[in-house]
Amino acid sequence: MCTYITASAAIQGSGKGTSGWFPLSQATIGFDHPVHAPYDHALLLDFADPKQGPSARVAVEIDLASARALLTQLESVVRQAEETGLR
Amino acid sequence: MWNDFQTNAQMGMQAGVVTYPAGKGDLIHAYVARPEGPGPFPGVVLVHHMPGWDEFYLEFTRRFAQHGYVSIAPDLYCRYGHGTPDDVTARVRADGGLFDDDVVADLGAAAVWLKSQPNCNGKVGIVGTCSGGRHALLAASRAPGFDAAIDLWGGGVAPPPEQLTPKRPVAPIDYTKDLVVPLLGLFGNEDQNPPPDQVDRHEAELKRHGKVYEFHRYDNAGHGFFYYDRAAYRQQQAMDGWSKVVAWFEKYLR
Repeated sequence: MCTYITASAAIQGSGKGTSGWFPLSQATIGFDHPVHAPYDHALLLDFADPKQGPSARVAVEIDLASARALLTQLESVVRQAEETGLR
Repeated sequence: MWNDFQTNAQMGMQAGVVTYPAGKGDLIHAYVARPEGPGPFPGVVLVHHMPGWDEFYLEFTRRFAQHGYVSIAPDLYCRYGHGTPDDVTARVRADGGLFDDDVVADLGAAAVWLKSQPNCNGKVGIVGTCSGGRHALLAASRAPGFDAAIDLWGGGVAPPPEQLTPKRPVAPIDYTKDLVVPLLGLFGNEDQNPPPDQVDRHEAELKRHGKVYEFHRYDNAGHGFFYYDRAAYRQQQAMDGWSKVVAWFEKYLR
């Protein structure tokens, strides 16, 4: 950890990793050095099931502008979904 | 430094994973590389960076052995389980990172382990990059057993007070008075963490306390300019920096 900027949320759902689909229980959002994306720092999103060990993870590394665009559209779609009343 | 060896020199090494008694008495993994021959050799503790106990650090460890140091790189994330380095790092990130006190205990124990090795000359240096640079400085300031330290672009050494947390409760710069070993620091002038003004503050504090240190700052280099696997790599600055790293340990550990 270099920036120590990190937060987690309990989630429910499924993710697809290297071994196929698995249940998700935790999302972590961080801002630190990426492993693959060619930036000094990136927004790091991890969707994981810690009970299955470190490899049960879907990882995303994006730059801050992408994170902002994603956040805007995520907010929009979640709002539209909630307005339908569907579950 | 580069290619500074005789072609008929003894240059073998042994390398592999060991377990050693670290902080809280926990047995954790470390990658160890030992030069061939009776020695005695100085020891080096390598402190891995935020991307984890990764391939760069395994090579970095062997590189010090190549230059005649018994070298140990503790897996500071060992307690979080095992997988690829980036997966294990994600677990640590989800937990909010390591406690400074735990890291200092693990690194101090690594120095003790090195000094117990029959071919160690009893002198131990510590070096780290990125968060490992910060941790190396912390350990050199707070744990006994080190004879020289190298901070390679460690971020968060002189953070604003609002960035202190229960896991990082004290800024390393505030331990400057306790630092009793010579410190080498290498930094890129385009680095955002640490930014040049924080490096300035750290240097001013070292001067104020009369510490033995050298700071070198490189133009056209940002964070992680040694990392040949990243776009941040800067060949000229990295080669010059590496020669300064070896020279520092040669001066204080031989």
